[in-house]
Amino acid sequence: MILYVLRRLVAGLVLAVLVTMITFALLSTSFDDVASSIVGSGATPDLVEAQKAQLGLDRPLFTQYLDWLSHAIRGDLGLSYFTSEPVRSAIAARLGVTLSIVLAALLVTVVISVVLGVLAATRGGAVDRIAQGVSMTGYLVPNLLIAIALVYVLAIELHWFPATGYTPLSEDPVRWVTTITIPVVALMMSGVASLTAQIRGAMIGELRKDYVRTLRTRGIPTRSIVLRHALRGAAGPALTVLSLEFIQMLGGALIIEQVFALPGFGQYAFNASLQGDIPIIMGISLFGVLLVVGVNLVVDLVNGWLNPKARILS
Amino acid sequence: MTTEHHATEHHATEHHATERRAAEPGRRRSPLRKLLTDPQAVISAVLLLAVVLLGLLSPLFTDHGPNDASLDAVNAGAGTHGYLLGGDESGRDIFARLLASINTSVVSALIGASIALAIGVTFGLVGGYFGRRVRGVTEWVFSLVMTFPGLLLLIVLLPVTDGDYRATMLIFGVLLSPGIYRLVRNLVLGVKNELYVDAARVSGLPDRRILRRHVLSVVRGPVIIATAFLAGSSIAVQSGLAFLGVGSSSVPSFGAMISEGFANLYEEPLQFLWPSLMLGIITASLVLLGNSLRDALEGGRPKPSRIAAPERRSATPSSDTSVSAAGLLTVEDLAIAYPTPSGELKEVVSGVTLSLEAGQTLGLVGESGSGKTQTAFAVLGVLPSEAVVTRGSIRLDGHELLGLSEGELCGVRGTSIAYVPQEPMSNLDPNFTVGAQLVEGVRAASPMSRRDARERVLALLDRVGIPDPKRTYASYPHQISGGMAQRVLIAGAVASRPLLLIADEPTTALDVTVQAEILDLLRDLQKELNMAVLLVTHNFGVVADICDRVAVMQQGRIVETGDVLELFTTPRHAYTRMLLDSILDEHAPRTDGPTADGLETDAFEKEAR
Amino acid sequence: MTTALLDVSDLRVAYPGRGFRARPHEVLHGVSLAVDQGETLGIVGESGSGKTTIGRAVLGLVKPSGGRIGFLGQDITHCTPKERRALARYIQVVFQDPYSSLNPSLTIGDILSEPLVVQGATARGARARVHELLDQVGLPADTFARLPREFSGGQRQRVAIARALAPGPKLIVCDEPVSALDLSTQARVLDLFVDIQRRTGVAYLFISHDLAVIRHVSHRVSVVHRGDIVETGPAGRVTSEPEHPYTQHLLLAAPVADPVEQRNRRVERQRLAAAPPTAETHRNSPLKQGS
Repeated sequence: MILYVLRRLVAGLVLAVLVTMITFALLSTSFDDVASSIVGSGATPDLVEAQKAQLGLDRPLFTQYLDWLSHAIRGDLGLSYFTSEPVRSAIAARLGVTLSIVLAALLVTVVISVVLGVLAATRGGAVDRIAQGVSMTGYLVPNLLIAIALVYVLAIELHWFPATGYTPLSEDPVRWVTTITIPVVALMMSGVASLTAQIRGAMIGELRKDYVRTLRTRGIPTRSIVLRHALRGAAGPALTVLSLEFIQMLGGALIIEQVFALPGFGQYAFNASLQGDIPIIMGISLFGVLLVVGVNLVVDLVNGWLNPKARILS
Repeated sequence: MTTEHHATEHHATEHHATERRAAEPGRRRSPLRKLLTDPQAVISAVLLLAVVLLGLLSPLFTDHGPNDASLDAVNAGAGTHGYLLGGDESGRDIFARLLASINTSVVSALIGASIALAIGVTFGLVGGYFGRRVRGVTEWVFSLVMTFPGLLLLIVLLPVTDGDYRATMLIFGVLLSPGIYRLVRNLVLGVKNELYVDAARVSGLPDRRILRRHVLSVVRGPVIIATAFLAGSSIAVQSGLAFLGVGSSSVPSFGAMISEGFANLYEEPLQFLWPSLMLGIITASLVLLGNSLRDALEGGRPKPSRIAAPERRSATPSSDTSVSAAGLLTVEDLAIAYPTPSGELKEVVSGVTLSLEAGQTLGLVGESGSGKTQTAFAVLGVLPSEAVVTRGSIRLDGHELLGLSEGELCGVRGTSIAYVPQEPMSNLDPNFTVGAQLVEGVRAASPMSRRDARERVLALLDRVGIPDPKRTYASYPHQISGGMAQRVLIAGAVASRPLLLIADEPTTALDVTVQAEILDLLRDLQKELNMAVLLVTHNFGVVADICDRVAVMQQGRIVETGDVLELFTTPRHAYTRMLLDSILDEHAPRTDGPTADGLETDAFEKEAR
Repeated sequence: MTTALLDVSDLRVAYPGRGFRARPHEVLHGVSLAVDQGETLGIVGESGSGKTTIGRAVLGLVKPSGGRIGFLGQDITHCTPKERRALARYIQVVFQDPYSSLNPSLTIGDILSEPLVVQGATARGARARVHELLDQVGLPADTFARLPREFSGGQRQRVAIARALAPGPKLIVCDEPVSALDLSTQARVLDLFVDIQRRTGVAYLFISHDLAVIRHVSHRVSVVHRGDIVETGPAGRVTSEPEHPYTQHLLLAAPVADPVEQRNRRVERQRLAAAPPTAETHRNSPLKQGS
């Protein structure tokens, strides 16, 4: 098991190196623009070249990347071209906001989807129709529209929640909850839609399997058959969907942060990209990949714990 | 690896479903006709078509360009200045911008979906059809692509794309391709294992032709469905990015319009409403159309499967008086029906009557579809939830079982009635150790401590002839052989010394040598516990080996019941005689020699005869 | 006897092990057999014995890791795809599962004419031949335009037989072709196999787990056990007075549809299981009286 985790970690690091390398290679096509925008108006070709040399952007691409990588390994992601603040601490400061809403959305998604999916699979009737309705809404309406509609109704019309802004958890837990509630709801809709449908389908498939009948004939209560056996069997495919949902939400958070003016990762990335602030872009790519790798590892471990066959194959 | 595993599993159940559907003599309806009669499909398709046409023909509807601004028209009301829906805060024609945004969306959808399809389908076919080495490479590359959060990458690459939405959609198409790749790869892997592909290869069909004829036809449906969703998400992402402000301000798009409308929400809420509505209509139509396509091409979504005692339609049990008190199990005039698509009930068991005494073995024999397994499931109360018991009575030790709730049946099952299934592997939960499953059953039947239950299970495993009980106890089902698994299931069934054991083809899935051992074990256990056994089988050899009495079933009815010796020597019913005659004779091996060169003469002789 | 139709010598097949650097797993350890023109060689064995792999190797669906497969004197062990396609005229197959062996989305007519067209027949010629084939396997002519799902298991298996017969092959590999069928259907399909062989002179490599089925169709029988052939001989002898202990075990384990005889057989089997098998026990076998 330890060996397995180590192997996955190494694979994750290789992935991080590859993604940052590709990002860097793609970014290299815009070095001239970056340099000229730093120099500002009245940039002559000479000044731009001088600026590039000062930033080290004139060196061979691979050398530059290795230089970045060797610093990154030591935890140094460089300084912003425009504000000169250290990239690592700047990202870390904003990561909390993004992770708050993404992880909260993920958690709520799991709870709602499991309850709704299991009920829809085993009860049918009204619950099944509600589940289908929720799934359809989540699929049909883009996140953006949901977010705006929620702000309009809950914040602007009803004043139940603040429309924008963010209060850190450490400052005021209650306010933290109210500031992230609408963003979380908006972010999780599509996740709930696909995960509920997935769990419902997998549960139905699982409940039709032969072993469920055999468990029934041993006098094992229905509750245990559904929750202990069938749900566990249905969890594997649901976890795969969940890890994809996490990636989706990380992207979706960018838009949501903009709507609610949350000072997160997304806005920061967006501004940096508009300016061409290469150290920040690279730092964000690295954090993005590491987050995904981390979540995938957790998902795989949970899957291995639930499903002994996956344990053997991996 | 895990996803692949689940995919094949999923495929297997699907295959099973088609098989079951095949059993019903079906009316054939082409998917296209199904689509045309589905109002959801027709409405969403018409809406989409209308919207796209509106965009294409926009010059006919407006005389203002989408970017023409007029200071007089700032926030103008609807219908003024020749602006059908009024002007926005820069004095541009909202209607013209709306139509231009449709075109932006359509182009985004086309680029995103076609890139994703081109890459995903090509590599899905390659990765699925060719060997493991090729697949290893494609797999790795696509999981790499899948790992990166799409929207973040699109934003990070802003300096590269310069915000041009077409370039952005190109990259987004690449980011969407892993989904299509996995879909196609799984489908192809599934088809590749189908025997008809092997048969095509043996028939001398070249790979190209097999791919085109047998593989593509399977891939086509799901890919069409996925395309609708691809187009939808391309449009959603493009508007999301435009909302953030990515891209040139001269390209009208829903996202940009929504963003402007959002800023202007308090003064002119309609400016926000129009683009939202249009965007909503387009994505919703795409998703609804996708769902209709799925229904038409793959069949609707599966129905919920409730765990419950079967529904019973007859108010009164047939007649209490006629039942003789004798017999441990008495089944009287039992009829089971299933609803057909037209809503009527179709009987699969029609009036089965049988009785069984303690310590006796009754063989229930018949061909597939005769209703023998349905009868057994009815006694156990585990018929599928769609099944309806239309009449009859089932009594165990004088107590009526029909009409009991699932909870009440739980008390009967395990303690009084037990079950040994046909397929040993699929009847064990793959996610629990053998021991854990057996302990749960033992404790459900008779409450005891976990430790006592463990001791009891180990003793049982030893009793059913498992060589190393402790090791098997800690094993997962996939770690033991089929014969061992069947012993485990028998141990689980007899754990609480049941009065009646229902064995449904308990040896059919086993090798003949293992079958003999399992039959010996059942015989011994029956004597030891003085159980009654209801043995469902199609194999007359098994009947001859273990049964005292036999009931022969044909098309939901019992045609003959009798003592085993009598039945084999003097069968009364014509159907029984036909079945017995079909048994391949033990003592008459094939006598005619090979027909090598005597082909013509043979045919000639045949003519002469 | 001149050259056999099919001549397999020392055939070995290994499947790659699961996972990275796993050792390959050998399922056939040097199997030799021969099939003559117009003859049925029955291959009997239990699950996992490798009997299906023998058939798949002959069909070119798995690659042998050693040994030689000869067909009409030609070495076909390692054919190029093109040579393999040419062999389709001579070697055909009927699989076990009548449900997955026919493409559910093609009509019976398409399924049957496809190989003919590939081999160069005209559409018209193929159609005529298909009608002839349907007649030969006892299916009505209107079968042509219908889909596989409209047919029962036995009828589908008849379609599969017709497909195998289409190019007029010399050898048909039959992999458990009646195992999925009901008892009465099974007997009729087996009779069809025998009948077709008498009329066309095709040879069968007939693979089954069921001794009774093998006995019914085979001229000679080979018994496979754990990747080796343990016994080969005339069907009558191997299936009623086997020499090898494993075959005896197999024979005694199969229940016979006669309560009295089965009781004797059971007692004999239990006695044999208690004492290790010797030549003695074989000679005293009660089965001998029956044959």
